[in-house]
Amino acid sequence: MLKTLRTIAGIGIVSEAPPAPDATLRLREALQAEILELVGRALCIRQVDAGSCNGCELEIHALNNPIYNIEGLGIRFVASPRHADLLLVTGPVSAHMATALRRTYEAVPAPKLVVAVGDCGCSGGVFGTSYASAGPVSAVVPVDVAVPGCPPSPERLLQGILTAIRPVRADRDR
Amino acid sequence: MALRKWRARAGRLAGQPAGALLPVAADEWVPVATDVAATGGQLLALWTTPRDGATAAAVSAAYLADGAPLVARLALTDGQRYRGLQELFPAAARMQRAAADLSGIHADAPDERPWLRHAAWPADQAPLLSPPPLPVPPWTVDDYAFVRVTGEGVHEVPVGPVHAGIIEPGHFRFSIVGEKVLRLEERLGYVHKGIERRFTELAAGDAHRLAARVCGDSAVAYSWAYCQALESLAATIVPPRATALRAVGLELERLQNHLGDLGALGNDAGFAFGLAQFSRLKEELTRAIASAFGQRYLLDLVVPGGVAAVPDAIAGRELGAVVARTASRVRELRGIYGEHAGVRDRFAGAGIVAPELARRLGLAGLAGRASGQSLDLRVDAPWPPYDRFRPKPCGRDDGDVAARVDVRFDEVEESSRLVRALLDDLPEGPERATLASPVEGELGIGLIEGWRGPVLVALELAAGGRIRRCHPHDPSWQNWPVLEHAVIGNIVPDFPLINKSFNLAYSGHDL
Repeated sequence: MLKTLRTIAGIGIVSEAPPAPDATLRLREALQAEILELVGRALCIRQVDAGSCNGCELEIHALNNPIYNIEGLGIRFVASPRHADLLLVTGPVSAHMATALRRTYEAVPAPKLVVAVGDCGCSGGVFGTSYASAGPVSAVVPVDVAVPGCPPSPERLLQGILTAIRPVRADRDR
Repeated sequence: MALRKWRARAGRLAGQPAGALLPVAADEWVPVATDVAATGGQLLALWTTPRDGATAAAVSAAYLADGAPLVARLALTDGQRYRGLQELFPAAARMQRAAADLSGIHADAPDERPWLRHAAWPADQAPLLSPPPLPVPPWTVDDYAFVRVTGEGVHEVPVGPVHAGIIEPGHFRFSIVGEKVLRLEERLGYVHKGIERRFTELAAGDAHRLAARVCGDSAVAYSWAYCQALESLAATIVPPRATALRAVGLELERLQNHLGDLGALGNDAGFAFGLAQFSRLKEELTRAIASAFGQRYLLDLVVPGGVAAVPDAIAGRELGAVVARTASRVRELRGIYGEHAGVRDRFAGAGIVAPELARRLGLAGLAGRASGQSLDLRVDAPWPPYDRFRPKPCGRDDGDVAARVDVRFDEVEESSRLVRALLDDLPEGPERATLASPVEGELGIGLIEGWRGPVLVALELAAGGRIRRCHPHDPSWQNWPVLEHAVIGNIVPDFPLINKSFNLAYSGHDL
């Protein structure tokens, strides 16, 4: 126990400041700025792997580490889509996952924000569109923000999530 | 010995200097498998190749026998079935079902249910022969004939495909009484995205990018296995500097995954401290990798002929220092895990796979080593540079979650030693050779011990550098069926912990 506490105290707080939202990642303007202001303070995310190679998942996991400390920003990953404000979806969407993704999307209460993750989530990537791959996330559910990268860095992911939930304002106090 | 007879008749196997390619007749297919099984050999992979113009269809089985690969290949006429190997190697059952789904070539085997095919294409179409139409809404699902368990108080708990966490999708059907698991049946194939078909649409010189993305957490293992197969078909010698750097990448990938798993396993045992500490260490290491190689995860390190990035002297030294520091931190955390009564209680005795069961079912890789199956290709069938940089074998016999955790701790120690030794002794010279033009019609095999276990890539080329067939094989094919056994008699709430201790691939398996 003493060793555990000493380790915690010895390392201290390692969290870094989050990146600013980036308007270029936004695909559609779903919400008014005032609503975003409210939603952005505390947010629940349901992650859906709709066919990814598991590369993007490695970086999504990293958001929970103490350095990116996404929970410190009031954002957390939840187990049920019914508790979620935002779906974080990796792709390409496999034909076999399309129904599950669709149903997950339907279970999310409005406003149903969706962030597509990775080159594959944005365009189908190296897998493209085929008999088994519907391609980008937007082929199956509406997408608000798309974060390219293979995989996108945690910082870029965080930027995408913040872009979806916070108004992009130059003077925003972070 | 019977195996010697087969080897004497076999030809060379491109990509595997100690290996052999054995064309067999229909009545020799099972005897070869029997002889391999009798000598304690393993089935590494089984795949089919549909007919391509004048080239006949075939079924191939790759074995590891006496420390050397042996590929048995049986040519088939249209519509001809081959004898299933599931009685000798239980893991073959799902490989045969998947092969039937994708190529339309069936085995004679009792379980004829589809495996990778759900509703995306009909049973009479074979994606590897001709691509079925693109999927369009409305998206449909199919019914799968799960094995029902009946009896007083028995009920089913369906889980997935979307799991309650940041995990790949798959379906688990538990039949339980009270809290106790009577039976688990897995259903996979949800992330099937047509990878093997996609390979045939790419030029051989470009497909290493796809290979790295078969299973993103094992990118170095897959891209190296792919390039090993391709380079052997092109008779291209990879410079020693490149082989050393590939091994650095492979060991770093092992470290990244082990650190992630060790944290997640602590968390699943209710010890959030472990997740915080290990995920911090993983991030530090990942940043050092990014400084050295220009990428946080090494998806684009291994390229045909060599490597795409070389750390400069300063970044290389810093990477070595971070790896050493990580290992020493992990040693401290191992002490804390070992002293924590709650963690020990959850790890010990959970999800046991006894060595005898592991041997019979062919449990592979890391999980196998935790159940008394010592096989590690780096030790038992080393390829350069592992012939010079040998890891110390790590293993346990207990076969429980604690054993799989222990093997990871030991391997973190060994991999960090290897990374430092490889970086300290990095050969001079070029890091990439020009790929000569590869021969067509021959089979090349790449075989790499990834962090989960042996990753195999079988590659056949057609005219003009086109890929006729590329089959990437993950050790998860061997290990998923064993997980079904590991959870029997455990309680449902221990499943996430047991599952995590195996941490098997979905994408690498579903293809």
